[in-house]
Amino acid sequence: MQLEQAPSIRTTIVRRLAPSYAAMGRFGLILVMLLMMAVLTILQPAYFLTRENLTNIARQISSNSILALGEFAVIVTAGIDLSVGSVMGLSMIVLALAVHADWAAGMAVAVALLAGLGVGLVNGLALTRLHLPHPFIATLATLNIARGATYLLSGGVPISGLPPIVRMWGADDITLLGGTSFPIDFPISFLIVIALYLAMWVLLTKTSTGRHIYAIGGSPKAAQYAGINIPRNLALVYVLSGGLAGIAGILLAGRVNSGYPTAGTGAELDAIAAVIIGGASFFGGRGTAGGVFIGAIIMGLLRNGLNLMNVSVFWQQVMLGFIILLAVYLDVLRRRAMRLES
Amino acid sequence: MPALVEMRQITKTFGPVAALNRVDFAVNADEVVGLVGDNGAGKSTLMKILTGVYQPDAGEIWLGGMRVHFHSPLESRQRGIEMVYQDLGLAENLSAIANIFLGREITRRTGGLRLLSEGEMERQGRQHLDGLQISLPSVFFPVERLSGGQRQSVAIARATAFRAQLVIMDEPAASLAVSEAAKVLALITRLREQGVAVVLISHRLQDVLDVSDRIVVLNRGSKVGDLRRRDATMGDVVGLIVGKSA
Ligand SMILES: Nc1ncnc2c1ncn2[C@@H]1O[C@H](COP(=O)(O)OP(=O)(O)O)[C@@H](O)[C@H]1O
Ligand SMILES: [Mg+2]
Repeated sequence: MQLEQAPSIRTTIVRRLAPSYAAMGRFGLILVMLLMMAVLTILQPAYFLTRENLTNIARQISSNSILALGEFAVIVTAGIDLSVGSVMGLSMIVLALAVHADWAAGMAVAVALLAGLGVGLVNGLALTRLHLPHPFIATLATLNIARGATYLLSGGVPISGLPPIVRMWGADDITLLGGTSFPIDFPISFLIVIALYLAMWVLLTKTSTGRHIYAIGGSPKAAQYAGINIPRNLALVYVLSGGLAGIAGILLAGRVNSGYPTAGTGAELDAIAAVIIGGASFFGGRGTAGGVFIGAIIMGLLRNGLNLMNVSVFWQQVMLGFIILLAVYLDVLRRRAMRLES
Repeated sequence: MPALVEMRQITKTFGPVAALNRVDFAVNADEVVGLVGDNGAGKSTLMKILTGVYQPDAGEIWLGGMRVHFHSPLESRQRGIEMVYQDLGLAENLSAIANIFLGREITRRTGGLRLLSEGEMERQGRQHLDGLQISLPSVFFPVERLSGGQRQSVAIARATAFRAQLVIMDEPAASLAVSEAAKVLALITRLREQGVAVVLISHRLQDVLDVSDRIVVLNRGSKVGDLRRRDATMGDVVGLIVGKSA
């Protein structure tokens, strides 16, 4: 045990700074985001900061940021969910089919959500009950199953035309501060994104369940010794991830006014990219919902900015790759600096 | 009076490895039992069976005269058995306070939600650390940023934070400096004075002889000795460990 010692100035300072190391990572991210916005404002002074463009970005990143949120919860446990893109596609098609079968809008949305939760539950149980060696396997399987089901259900063709009550979640704006002199038209989908991020933040940082999820990712053995119910918590994060992918599908369907069977193909990789850019560790136990939120925004800004500048999607993909490398390398540097200091 | 804990005829194999063979092991209330043996003798495995980390292939566990089955450490902790694991078993990404309360967080109801009481956990955690004379650079650092000795202290703090009846310490002084190791021994004595039973696993035989009331020796998965401290000499214990007189 450490010997008693009067707290020196140095330890006092270290104590004060201790909680801010996590903030430091986020601060760097916020800086990157602001820098990108500044550059885009300079390059596109007439258009970038218009309300139209900003609400466009917000709408466009809604689906990816929700997929990333679920992916994040899974990655905190040192897992991975490859199925989220397919689940988003499945949820979209289920929604469109239900609507076209004259189901009530509420029911249609509910089954789309249930489809997501259901695949998530399968992922969770495959890991904890069937003891498949790694979530990579189970979710690779459901990636294919959900995508195949999506093609089978839709017959491989888009199902267009959704009623306004279904579309509004992904497509409409809501006027905030309506009575005042600063009315803001805000995309409903982005409000949903913010609400979901807040809810996940509360779950992960303010509840014992969240604490257990971080513990499982940081050290499964410690979690086991502490008597934490590991299977239950793992199943929970996969169900959450599936459910969030379901919601992402509902919003995307609203935005494009249809369900199409190729929707979300490869979207799991964008979700993972946002999580990694957002500072979460692939090895589990580290990262914050706030960081992932900014990671998703950075990806959206990148897409938007490069689109405005007419950069081809092929170059966009190359740049995204470099951003991922850069984000992870900065994180490596930050960790190294932290270790040298202590 | 029945023993606080009694393990009977415990057998455990890991694949081809017979880790434990019909081992009887008992601890009485407010007794310090030294558990010694060579590397691989089965000490950690025996204690992990007691806490429910492993299930025995055969044998019974009795607690205060009642048969129990611990399916996970949660159940043994609920019955007042705590363990400082040899590998510490800390979540490296969480703070000292979070580790001390891991699995038994203090919560309160706020607006229909059951939320963590960080302030209360910090207050009680600091009080407990102070009581153990443990000082850390910060109770908020992830424990991966603490030294080996500090982490060991956190593991000990976790095992003693909740009025346990029995605290098992698996090589608690392994990564400690001499002066710090002495504090662990003093803590063990203090726990016994408070009526807490202790099992001490250690390679430092002199430490074990200094604080134990009874010494149990394992040799390649079998119990080869169970000596009252006053009847044991260093020579006896070493002999049993290396198997000379077995
Ligand atoms: N989880 C495990 N899987 C396989 N073998 C194990 C496991 N745990 C312990 N063993 C084996 O059981 C025997 C006893 O180990 P252990 O209880 O750790 O001994 P000790 O703590 O006395 O050094 C050793 O041969 C060890 O290799
Ligand atoms: Mg051992």
